[in-house]
Amino acid sequence: MATSLTDGRSRGATRPRAERLFRALCLAAVIIPLLILVILVGDVLVRGVGRLDWAFITSLPSRKAALAGILPALVGSLYLIALTAIIAVPIGVGAAIYLEEYGHDSRAARLIELNIANLAGVPSVIYGLLGLELFVRTLGMGRSLLAGACTLALLVLPIVILSSREALRTVPKGLREGAYALGATHWQSIRRVVLPMALPGILTGTILAVSRAIGETAPLIVVGALAYVTFLPQSPMSPFTALPIQIFNWVSRPQEAFLTNAAAGIVVLLVTLLTLNSVAVGIRNRFQRRLR
Amino acid sequence: MAQRALMVVPSEPAQKPLSDSPAKFEVSGLVASFGDNEVLHGIDMVIPKCRITAIIGPSGCGKSTFIRCLNRMHELTPSARVSGSVLLDGEDVYGRRVDPVLLRRRVGMVFQKPNPFPTMSIRDNVVAGLRLTGGLDRSRADEIAESALQQAALWDEVKDRLDAPGAGLSGGQQQRLCIARALAVEPDVILLDEPCSALDPISTARIEDLLTVLRERYTIVMVTHNMQQAARASDLTAFFLTGELVELGPTAKLFTRPQDKRTEDYITGRFG
Repeated sequence: MATSLTDGRSRGATRPRAERLFRALCLAAVIIPLLILVILVGDVLVRGVGRLDWAFITSLPSRKAALAGILPALVGSLYLIALTAIIAVPIGVGAAIYLEEYGHDSRAARLIELNIANLAGVPSVIYGLLGLELFVRTLGMGRSLLAGACTLALLVLPIVILSSREALRTVPKGLREGAYALGATHWQSIRRVVLPMALPGILTGTILAVSRAIGETAPLIVVGALAYVTFLPQSPMSPFTALPIQIFNWVSRPQEAFLTNAAAGIVVLLVTLLTLNSVAVGIRNRFQRRLR
Repeated sequence: MAQRALMVVPSEPAQKPLSDSPAKFEVSGLVASFGDNEVLHGIDMVIPKCRITAIIGPSGCGKSTFIRCLNRMHELTPSARVSGSVLLDGEDVYGRRVDPVLLRRRVGMVFQKPNPFPTMSIRDNVVAGLRLTGGLDRSRADEIAESALQQAALWDEVKDRLDAPGAGLSGGQQQRLCIARALAVEPDVILLDEPCSALDPISTARIEDLLTVLRERYTIVMVTHNMQQAARASDLTAFFLTGELVELGPTAKLFTRPQDKRTEDYITGRFG
């Protein structure tokens, strides 16, 4: 007996309803956060864009809200990110290469990997405390850009290592064997075959990790970034401030005018983040295109 | 039975006589394993110079592992173990002072799946072996690339697009590119691990023709699943079964008058 395709009044009626409900819930799960984000960004834009002009970007902070600018924080953030990337990327990629290519099957490597995965989940303020003790005090870096960058580098290292390792793992075994069969040493095969293949993946992970560092506030406060800086950093050993710190400082003031400054500061932070990300994605795509 | 076996043998045997060829490889007591799993149980075999030796046998019989022992690729797998001896021109490749990297420059390998380097152009793929090992004279790169591509019968198809990515070629072209890449290092021996199993019959025929030409200069050892291919394109055939060498002989003889019952069963398609 063949069953009719239109059979089942009860099932036929309930299944689409349950399915429609599930679909609606999933849609809500997409729309609600998006909506909140749009409202937040919209609110910031409405409050901040009016305050945003060239003078705001090129001025030093001031006790008078109308004269205050964001230059030291912007420059501080850019220096911080550059230093963080310079410190975190070679160490992170190096660690990933070791774990994936050399320490492959050892118990120690597995233990290390497990710990790195856990470290990625540690709250950033803890890294701040570590940075304060280790870099600021023990290593005598003081409350400098370098100490801040080292702390942020520690914070992003687990993500850089994990994503680089993942990228290295996707390089097909056949390509490594191809290199060995031509008489390449382990290092030559990594350098010429594996790394170029893994580069786009490594860059993606690094971009995500470093963008996380741009917005970090807590560890910088703990390490001792200053809120009120009327000079630009001269060297990695200079005291510094950063965009989130400046914004945090303005938000905590009672005057309405400073809140407007904070909103404008957030816009600057978002634009900086988006610019750096798109540059990085552009570089990555150029590498990726070579693979096709 | 023997009648059916005859059908796969070429009508005019292309085989070269075996008697006048010195040994390239002398393998004795070769045992290879992965962890506790022993896949080769003591292989004794002589591979003659400048001949094509085909290795046939059912999946899992150890034929790939065998050729990977000849250039020490086997030991790249963690947990892999080897014992016994493999003499290349009389020198033990498992000797204490042998550098496997130098060995692999003399014993090249082509794999089942074509594996051109995706980050490199056609030209760079061909000279990759020299560049990887730092031995490339830039001014000679074009010359070396052309000569290797000529030998691999690929030059006419790619000479106008040497800067195009190697991965953009067809499967058969990619496999010939991999052969050119192996030849550019100027090895003595080329190992091929089921080189045509991912290719269509036309590409397969081109590669078989190519091997017949290459045998003038190189010793070729080819693993194949395809008995017709072994019969068509080899001078010598070895039949492996469950980690042992059952029979080794001139291809025409092995396919028409197999000495071992198991060989006969396999080539007549009764099992495997």
